[in-house]
Amino acid sequence: MALFGTLEWANKFMEAVNSSKAYEEAAKTWEGDFYYILEPGGSLKEPIYYYFDLWHGKCRKVDLVPAAEMGKYKPEFILAAQIPTWRKVAEKKLDPIQAIVTRQLKLQGNMSKVMRAVKAAQELVTCVTQVKTEYPE
Amino acid sequence: MQYFAVPFVVFGDDSLQYLSSVMGKRAYIVTDKNIVKLGLVDLVVEELKKAGIAYKIFDEVEPEPSTQTVTKSAKIAQGFQPDLVIGVGGGSCMDAAKATLVCYAQPDLAPDAISPSSFFNLRSKARLICIPTTSGTGSEATFAIVLTDVENKRKLSLGSYETVPDVAILDPLMVMSMPPHITGDTGMDVLCHALEGCTTTWRNRFTDGPGFMAIKLVFEFLKKAYDNGKDVESRKEMMYAATIAGTCFGNSMACLGHSTGHALGALFHTPHGRAVGLYLPYTMEYLINGSDEMDVARYAEIARFCKIAEGNDKKCAKALIDAVRKLAKDVGQPLSVKDLGIKREDYMKAVPELVERAVNEVMTITVNRIPEAPDLEKIFVYAYDGKPVDF
Repeated sequence: MALFGTLEWANKFMEAVNSSKAYEEAAKTWEGDFYYILEPGGSLKEPIYYYFDLWHGKCRKVDLVPAAEMGKYKPEFILAAQIPTWRKVAEKKLDPIQAIVTRQLKLQGNMSKVMRAVKAAQELVTCVTQVKTEYPE
Repeated sequence: MQYFAVPFVVFGDDSLQYLSSVMGKRAYIVTDKNIVKLGLVDLVVEELKKAGIAYKIFDEVEPEPSTQTVTKSAKIAQGFQPDLVIGVGGGSCMDAAKATLVCYAQPDLAPDAISPSSFFNLRSKARLICIPTTSGTGSEATFAIVLTDVENKRKLSLGSYETVPDVAILDPLMVMSMPPHITGDTGMDVLCHALEGCTTTWRNRFTDGPGFMAIKLVFEFLKKAYDNGKDVESRKEMMYAATIAGTCFGNSMACLGHSTGHALGALFHTPHGRAVGLYLPYTMEYLINGSDEMDVARYAEIARFCKIAEGNDKKCAKALIDAVRKLAKDVGQPLSVKDLGIKREDYMKAVPELVERAVNEVMTITVNRIPEAPDLEKIFVYAYDGKPVDF
């Protein structure tokens, strides 16, 4: 069990992505890195910045970046939400595209590029569901 | 959290007169040369003149408008500084008007960056009015904007809740000149919007009502409008159906008929309504053949509401699919890809790309039974000869 918001969780997610044949196939042409931002709320007082470098069906790098160093990467995309929203997406209770459209997941970056990679996004969520996750209160 | 966004709708005879009392000083009309030639823009201008509103016409919108056209239109708008942007025409003109407003309000923004995640503060610059001249896209009631990236030969699905028009004006006068084949194509688009909007996983209480009503209106009035274009009542009801269907799928998405139809349209340039309407019954069959009974029950509910059938769910759902095929035939639509005149070898060669495109459409994953590539391939193949989907 990995706690969401820790580097351990990010590493387990990377393992899930890199062992998924379905993601590898769906994202074979994808080139784009992300910040997933866990916005403050509940017990979380400071934002958490996850960095994921997704490249041709694999996750090349993950990092947990302190808020003060968020300039360390300049990712092509930023997705931000509070933990309960991330949880709903991870548990497939909220369609990620619907979450973006309704601004529950705030996306910065080229939306049309994301919309052309729907299958990859779907498989990425499947990878998240494979990580046994504990969520902070 | 879900949203239900709709415009203020002015409808019925003489609805264009609303423009003579609209608040505003300068109107920027986004349209195409054909709409101007048909005299439909004159009808709009006449009302604006009564209100003392200055106007400028941009008539360079092409079918499937490019980002370059939008950039050009927005630049002209910046010179004119309108407080009203008015889209007059079919989906292309209305979509171009929406995108023009965004790029006019945010001059540094590229059209392909219009996203639901951003705030554009559009109303600080102008309000948006859409006046459809076809009864199909429902663009006057949705936030959706479809533009073409000419350089990369791609369609861009864009939009934001801020691009839902403030006002939609549905004056039957504007749609009386549609020829039968356009009436048929666009009418099937309406049916597809409503049927799919009622069956997606995004559907909700607010979208069900308009969806059901739009389906009922299409079954009642599309054939009449196709057979006799001068039948004002049928024209009017189909116009309403298109907008009502827009309020449904604009808030609940479309599904497989659209994702497969879009793929066909992109590769074979089949008109949108004809393409999505063609695949609609095949994808409905695919959904009811799945293990999930939800779609069967939903289609049955629609069939009963439209008085198409009575009895058990499966029987009613199948009757609805039969009714879709019958209506399509009645309004001159192809029932198979072969009927479109596409050569078998050309189509079969394109199937892998059709599948690739459909797999990556949002509308492929808004269903209870999400097809993987092998099932999509079979749907495309079955549709060539008109073979009902049995898997």
